[in-house]
Amino acid sequence: MIQQKVQIVEKILDANDQIAMQNQQNLDNHQIFAINIMASPGAGKTSVILKTIQMLQDKMRIAVIEGDTAAVTIDADKVSALGVPAVQINTGGQCHLDASMLDRAISSLDLQQIDLLIIENVGNLICPASFKIGTHANVVIASVPEGDDKPYKYPNIYRGIDTLILNKTDLLPYIDFRKDYFKTGIELLNPGLEIFELSCKTEEGFSNWINWLKSKVSNQTNR
Amino acid sequence: MHELAVTESILSIAQKHAAKANASKVTDIYIVIGKLSSIVDDSVQFYWDIISQDTICEFSTLHFERISARFICLNCSTEYEVAAEMMPCPNCQSIHVKVLAGEEFYLDSIEIER
Repeated sequence: MIQQKVQIVEKILDANDQIAMQNQQNLDNHQIFAINIMASPGAGKTSVILKTIQMLQDKMRIAVIEGDTAAVTIDADKVSALGVPAVQINTGGQCHLDASMLDRAISSLDLQQIDLLIIENVGNLICPASFKIGTHANVVIASVPEGDDKPYKYPNIYRGIDTLILNKTDLLPYIDFRKDYFKTGIELLNPGLEIFELSCKTEEGFSNWINWLKSKVSNQTNR
Repeated sequence: MHELAVTESILSIAQKHAAKANASKVTDIYIVIGKLSSIVDDSVQFYWDIISQDTICEFSTLHFERISARFICLNCSTEYEVAAEMMPCPNCQSIHVKVLAGEEFYLDSIEIER
C-alpha cells in the first residue's frame, strides 16, 4: 500500500462558479441585463420588484425569477398579474439559489423576449452571499425597520454587492435608524457602494433606481 | 444552512481527484478557510460524516486551516491583521479599506492510499 499526498488547490464552490459564468455568457448572448436581489425576509424585495415592473414595463421587456424555499407561488402570481413572465424556483428548503437552479429557470424562459431579468433570491442575509448565480449585478435591499446595525451583523452579504437599496425610508420619522451609522458600516465593507434610498409606498427616491436600471439595460442592449 | 451544499462540493472535488490518482481510499482532507468566509467547521464535519458514507472518502478526517484576515487601508496604505470583522485602519482610523486576505475557501490537498 502506498500513501500519497495529492495537491489540489481547488475552490470549493468552483463548480458553482463555472455554471454561474456560463449563465452570464448565456444572458450576454441574448443581451439581457440580469440582477440578483438579496435581502432578509420582509425587506420589500417583491414590493420593489412589482413597483419596478410598473415603472419600466412600457419601456423594456422584463421577466422575473422567484426563488422561494416553500412550494408557494404567492410572489410569482403577483408578478404574473402584471403581465410579466414569471418563473418560480422552489429550493425545497434550501436557503439560497445556486447557479444550476438559475440555469434551469433560465431555460424555461424565452430569452429572445427579455431585456431585464430580475431574480429574487431566497429571503436570507447569509447564504446567498456565498453563491454566485451569474447575474450582472448583485443588489441587496435593506430596509429601515430592520435596524441600522445590519451591515455590522451580516457583513458578508454587503461585501460583494454592486448596489444597495435602502427601502421603506417613509418610516424614518418613526424609527430610531441612524443613517450615518448604517452608511459607515456599508463604507467599511464596500467603499463607494452606490446606495438608493427609496420608498415603495411613497415612491420617493424611486426614480434614481429606475434610471440606474435603464442605463444598465441600455448598455447591455447596445453592446 | 448552506454547509450541506458546501460539503457536497468538498466530496465531489475529493472524489474526482482520488479517482485521478487511482486511490483506493482517501484518509485526510485539508481545507483552507479564510476568517471572513461564513463557514462553520463543525457543521461541515457533521454533514461530512453522513454524506461520505459508502464513498471512497468514508472515515477520512477533515482538517481545517483558518487563514487570518488582512486589510489594506486605501487612505494611508497601512496593511493590518483584522481582529474584529469590521476594524478601521489602526493607523489613520479610515474606514476605506480593502480585503487582502481572509475570503479564501478551497480544498488544498488530500491524502490517499493506493
